[in-house]
Amino acid sequence: MSRGGGHVGALRSFLKKVAQFVIVLATTLLGLVAVTFFIGRVVPIDPVIAIVGDRAPAHVYERVRQELGLDRPLIEQFVIYVKKAATGDFGNSVLTTNPVMTDIINVFPATLELATLGTIIGVIVGIPLGVLAAVKRGSLLDQFVRVLGLVGYSVPIFWLGLMGLLLFYAKLGWVAGPGRIDVTYSYLYTPVTGIVLLDTAMQGQWDAFWDAVSHVLLPACLLGYFSLAYISRMTRSFMLNELAQEYVIAARVKGLSELRVIWRHALRNAAVPLITVIALSYANLLEGSVLTETVFAWPGLGQYITNSLQNADMNAVLGGTLVIGTVFVLLNLVSDLLYRLLDPRTR
Amino acid sequence: MAGSPALSPSSTGWRAWLLSPEPHSRWQARLGRFYLGWRAFSRNPLAVIGLGIVLLLILVALFADVIAPYSPVAGGDLRTQRLLPPSETFWLGTDDQARDIFSRIVYGSRITLFVVVLVALIATPIGLLVGTVAGYLGGWVDTVLMRITDIFLAFPRLVLALAFVAALGPGIENAIIAIAITSWPPYARIARAETLMVRNSDFIASVKLQGASTPRIILGHVVPLCVSSLIVRVTLDMAGIILTAAGLGFLGLGAQPPMPEWGAMVATGRNYLIDQWWVAAMPGIAIFVVSLGFNLLGDGLRDVLDPKAAK
Repeated sequence: MSRGGGHVGALRSFLKKVAQFVIVLATTLLGLVAVTFFIGRVVPIDPVIAIVGDRAPAHVYERVRQELGLDRPLIEQFVIYVKKAATGDFGNSVLTTNPVMTDIINVFPATLELATLGTIIGVIVGIPLGVLAAVKRGSLLDQFVRVLGLVGYSVPIFWLGLMGLLLFYAKLGWVAGPGRIDVTYSYLYTPVTGIVLLDTAMQGQWDAFWDAVSHVLLPACLLGYFSLAYISRMTRSFMLNELAQEYVIAARVKGLSELRVIWRHALRNAAVPLITVIALSYANLLEGSVLTETVFAWPGLGQYITNSLQNADMNAVLGGTLVIGTVFVLLNLVSDLLYRLLDPRTR
Repeated sequence: MAGSPALSPSSTGWRAWLLSPEPHSRWQARLGRFYLGWRAFSRNPLAVIGLGIVLLLILVALFADVIAPYSPVAGGDLRTQRLLPPSETFWLGTDDQARDIFSRIVYGSRITLFVVVLVALIATPIGLLVGTVAGYLGGWVDTVLMRITDIFLAFPRLVLALAFVAALGPGIENAIIAIAITSWPPYARIARAETLMVRNSDFIASVKLQGASTPRIILGHVVPLCVSSLIVRVTLDMAGIILTAAGLGFLGLGAQPPMPEWGAMVATGRNYLIDQWWVAAMPGIAIFVVSLGFNLLGDGLRDVLDPKAAK
């Protein structure tokens, strides 16, 4: 009886947590929508004039105004906006005339490809660097990791990208220039996933695949560098924390090899907070892609937003902003959930 | 005052006066604390380099018209002085309008400093107020204010700034407003955390018992205690502010031509990247050095003012 009660209690507290999660998520998303709605209202551009032109007769102007729902009270407009945003309807892009959501679905895989590769590079290089820096604290390697991090925090990403293009593309010719793939290869495969590397590999177009690799190499390494600057610094501080714990001494006393103590015991404990760091850096790369995509003419979400900005295409700008914000929130949520799942102390 | 410092000019006398365990005045105590902080700070060579860079930025901005050999806006002869490589006459070369890049960078330091100072002046009080009010009052006020803070934190900074600039229109003032709007949430978080630590302490209770009003307690007693950790955070953020402003400038949404904003200068240089690399490279180096300076200074300040956070 008492055991049953315990189960019910555990279930109830679990449900309560889930409910809290849902409420937090819902209010945050609603807040995101409210912010973009507000930004859309303070725009000095009259959306009606943007459609009918400034020479339209008054009755045409009035009709369009009513069709857009701009004659209704602000709060009603907001409710309509939220309802539409919930179904992914951000209106049509003035520039491409497609629904904004269709555009975003088209360009998002390019951003995803770049940010994912960047994060993979950041994790593969950043974690070992951080661990070694912590183990050999104060050594030359530790100093090197520190400088690497400081430079990563201080250098403008768009400038580093340009300098990379200058050196590795223009002077040395090691990588391909801006863009995702050469025009010659772009008709050799049919886009399925929208991720060029996957599409070309799945269809066996290896020439096209290698061309895509040489295009993606530089921007991915650039984002990877920013990711590893952050990840290595955090890994170092988490590892310093773990290495000072008593279980590390116990493991050493037990006679375990140093390699095992560091990479199996200490790193595994540091891995839990690292997941949050990796998720955050992934989210930051989505943001960093705005500037990187402009530099490398990469047809992703970042370039879509900046292009729309330069053409005063507010629907597209706000839709893109909302999508990036939502991805950001969801990534944070996932990292939070993973943290709870992996760390027994939080249960 | 007995043992007036003016009578003992030797450095040991000064030091003894500064480090006196029984200061005679508030001033002496404050100067003593400052001296101790400075001693800890100056032991860190990187932090001193950072301070040097920031001071250099301020000096260059102040004396830009003395330092710069040419006008930052008016170009030279378009037939002979366009896109010249670095030389003795043009230290960092010239750009596509035959303007001296060195002079433009020197004047651009004013814009950078202007952006950093204004963003700090706008964002810090907002964050401080939101955080202390939320932390001190607690309850539903806390919940509402912190949810708003979280919503702003949920947006990536540059993207939100982009959306605001899109709405307000490009320009340096709007860029500053946009960056300030996206900068305050972390400050609110820190101020709230600090407030939660002091709100239940005895001295707050005693002020309350003396009949002080809530605004008076918050402004007079809670806010001063949050300032030092906020200074550290703001200094550490300055590099990010500079990079965001430069990013907006690079996208053509910050300072408008012909203003010598560094990010916009890199954007111009992009068109001449392969053959005239210096047009894009030089302003980028300036951005890098200045944000590195703020990062080093912030790290050093954190070690002095907030020893807990130092790793």
